[in-house]
Amino acid sequence: MSTANESNGGATGRDVEVREMIAVRFAGDSGDGMQLTGDQFTTTAALVGNDLATLPDFPAEIRAPAGTLAGVSGFQIQFGSLDILTPGDRPDVLVAMNPAALKANLGDLVPGAMIFVNTDAFDKRACEKVGFTANPVEDGTLAAFRVFQVAFTTITRRALEDSPLTTREKDRCKNFFALGLMYWVFGRPMDHTLQWIQKKFAKNADVVAANTAVLKAGYAYGETTETFATTFQVAPAVIKPGTYRHVTGNQATAFGFISAAKLAGAELFLGSYPITPASDILHELSRHKRYGVRTFQAEDEIAAVAAAIGAAYGGAIALTTTSGPGVALKAEAVGLAVMTELPLVIADIQRGGPSTGLPTKTEQADLLQVMFGRNGEAPLPIVAPTTPGDCFDAAIEAVRLATKYMTPVFFLSDGYIANGAEPWRIPDVDTLPSFEVSYRTEVEGFRPYERNPETLARPWVKPGTPGLEHRIGGLEKADGTGNVSYDPKNHEKMIHLRQEKVDRIADDIPDAEIYGDDAGDLLLIGWGGTYGALRAATMHLRRRGHKVSHMHLRHLNPLPKNVEPTMRRFGQVVAAELNMGQLRTVLRAKFLIDVKALNKVQGQPFKVWELVDRVEAMLAAKQEKTA
Amino acid sequence: MTATTLTRKDFQTDQDVRWCPGCGDYAILAQFQKVFPELGIPRENFAIISGIGCSSRFPYYMNTYGFHTIHGRAPALASGLKVMRPELSVWVITGDGDALSIGGNHLIHALRRNMDLKIVLFNNQIYGLTKGQYSPTSEVGKRTKSTPFGSLDEPFTPLALALGAEASFVARTADREQKHLAETLHAAAEHKGTALVEVYQNCNIFNDGAFFHLTEKDRKDGNQLVVEHGKPLVFDNGTKGIVFDGFAPKVVDVAEVGLDAIHVHREDAPVGYHLALAKLHGPQFPTALGVIRRVQRPTYDALVEAQVLAEQAKSDKNDIHALLHTGHTWEVG
Ligand code: SF4
Repeated sequence: MSTANESNGGATGRDVEVREMIAVRFAGDSGDGMQLTGDQFTTTAALVGNDLATLPDFPAEIRAPAGTLAGVSGFQIQFGSLDILTPGDRPDVLVAMNPAALKANLGDLVPGAMIFVNTDAFDKRACEKVGFTANPVEDGTLAAFRVFQVAFTTITRRALEDSPLTTREKDRCKNFFALGLMYWVFGRPMDHTLQWIQKKFAKNADVVAANTAVLKAGYAYGETTETFATTFQVAPAVIKPGTYRHVTGNQATAFGFISAAKLAGAELFLGSYPITPASDILHELSRHKRYGVRTFQAEDEIAAVAAAIGAAYGGAIALTTTSGPGVALKAEAVGLAVMTELPLVIADIQRGGPSTGLPTKTEQADLLQVMFGRNGEAPLPIVAPTTPGDCFDAAIEAVRLATKYMTPVFFLSDGYIANGAEPWRIPDVDTLPSFEVSYRTEVEGFRPYERNPETLARPWVKPGTPGLEHRIGGLEKADGTGNVSYDPKNHEKMIHLRQEKVDRIADDIPDAEIYGDDAGDLLLIGWGGTYGALRAATMHLRRRGHKVSHMHLRHLNPLPKNVEPTMRRFGQVVAAELNMGQLRTVLRAKFLIDVKALNKVQGQPFKVWELVDRVEAMLAAKQEKTA
Repeated sequence: MTATTLTRKDFQTDQDVRWCPGCGDYAILAQFQKVFPELGIPRENFAIISGIGCSSRFPYYMNTYGFHTIHGRAPALASGLKVMRPELSVWVITGDGDALSIGGNHLIHALRRNMDLKIVLFNNQIYGLTKGQYSPTSEVGKRTKSTPFGSLDEPFTPLALALGAEASFVARTADREQKHLAETLHAAAEHKGTALVEVYQNCNIFNDGAFFHLTEKDRKDGNQLVVEHGKPLVFDNGTKGIVFDGFAPKVVDVAEVGLDAIHVHREDAPVGYHLALAKLHGPQFPTALGVIRRVQRPTYDALVEAQVLAEQAKSDKNDIHALLHTGHTWEVG
């Protein structure tokens, strides 16, 4: 959603459109370097002082044939002078490196969007390959848009006439041409990218020279070519002072777990098996051995969680990272952690399911799996981060709960925030929660399942502690001693104790955040990664005069204490989720409140305007009924 | 508790041992309780990790740290423990179903990594806890409740599997060979790296006598080949020996060929020889007991530790502030 505020003639005699926010998408073949181009554009926007949110869109197949729809890789950024909550519903600007990229993205654009096409790639064969019967740039297909035809490849080659690189290598520089051109269109400085090129390709002076020349050629092309009638001006946002960096959700997750281990005063162990979209956490953590992190790429998902349980047993802050299919495999072991009451965090970066589903697409359909997907009564806490940056805090919260209550905890992220990025204000370390863990060493009166009267946590004992040798396992435990017990009454007591331990966490977590009034016509409830879209939609709805508020849940088990009373203060309660209504099922079952569903299961995040439209329809329907 | 003063009693627990009377597991437990005090390791530094099955009840009867985990996953769980706590002596107790069926993947990967674990596999060639189905080591044609017409699938030779998985130490012994069992456990304990010890164990309820040809007085001499590093492969009171014709083993009369002609066992020989030795079986061959292979290579847990220390030596900037400020940052306001 971008609005043209005003237009005025710039110094060049061209129009300068001033925008509060604007969404740009770069799209090309997976080999075209679109992610890199997007990253550079993003960092520069952040340096200029814009607020922003990004979304990479990777092809599902690793090496889809060039020029096919399956091989299109995209990167979208929304930036502006306002608080930017999402990467944008519909791009205002598209850079299309080939016909496939155009075809794949055409349906998403706002009417009147600017499209920059690489005309060199639009030959007959390439067009036909993706089902265009004629060249769409020429046959009127793009009549609703402002199209700029630029021969990216030809001009790139021309700019590199004197370069010793091969033609193939030269052609690979064309994404820098696109980037340079966009820098001109948005009046951005090139300094950061120029420095980055120097550093990144330091080993190859020819590549540095070529990329530099092509980036500048793109900028100069914009400046000197009359065809570009419009440029944009996007002012800096008002941003809280501090030191900032860029983070993706997965990176913030990794930082959060390393920091949590430091705060706990223990070492971090990760057991993991590669899986999309969680692998980047494994990659990031593997780089940080200096911080005492031990990563273990296990032979399978089960070994990964089992090793983490072994590490927890040894006194470590234990983590396993995965996605939905991996959670299914780990279920039995998670039950073991419930039974042995060891601290463990299982990070589930959700993707589209069921089965292999849509590995590179986002969804929120694992909530019931993580809440109930184990044999027996096996309750555990669930924490769901809301934004890429919030992954940092949610990771720390997950470890805090796991160690304080001696329980496995699910960290429930999703592909959208995992891959999405935003500028992140680096927190002051002193403001982070402190929760140094302690291990039992006192021999006198030791019983493995003696509980802390407040938290009901059992003692954490490290093997190697003299005098505390004891046995634990997956068989039911006798209350207190932890010996194997088949006593029926004891079993029921232990079931209740384990449930009670999780329930008591409700006293130890903050109320759910509510945006808007605390009573009204409609309460929109969401959880996890839909935060940005729901918040932006609620802002629009309220601006349009609707009595709508937004309650967002970061803690899904137990639920914060204000959830039920808040729900009761609204005429309608709507759970908006990227699934078939899983939180809704829980809320209805728990509170007997007629929660309505607003669902989407397309592997895509909510768009702000579709939320606004659907909520307005629900408000209207209710009014009709009561009228 | 200092390691020097430990006795058998220190390793006994107050739990009633609940194996069937006459089960071979009792004899194995007795040897563990004899050997552990002799290892010079403080009691609190032992951790015994098991999976599921009759054998996996073992940790409850040893007064050390113990963890009775889930079916097949003990090597994986033990790996996480060992990586974080390399100073511990970590033992995995498993059975033929636990280690070779549901947990086969974890076993081979622990061996390949050379994780410093001692894996003791109680092989009784049957599922005992679930009351008598055939196992991955049962002989073809085995009639059990789940195979009333005889089992169809070829069994594993556990040691051959381990050798194929790059094991640095493999040994075989039997429940009723008390002295040999104790010696083998000692050797495993002293090995730096994954040690796989297969213990032939009699399940007197569901598979009684499976190994009597190797363990009973009147029959064992002719069927048991006890191997020792640097010694010729002789059995049957030294009257018979093994020679190799190319890759093919042959039983010969020592009197006929002379002791010098008999193949001499080497624990560090090429793995093909160890494979041949592990796979010797009746009726035409004796079964090898003892340390079949023992070679030194770095352990995974030590390598992890070294990598962490090497990274830490490069810089002492390892607090949260340093972490969050790595890479590109910028100031606002
Ligand atoms: S079933 Fe067999 S292996 Fe299990 S305890 Fe009884 S005798 Fe031992």
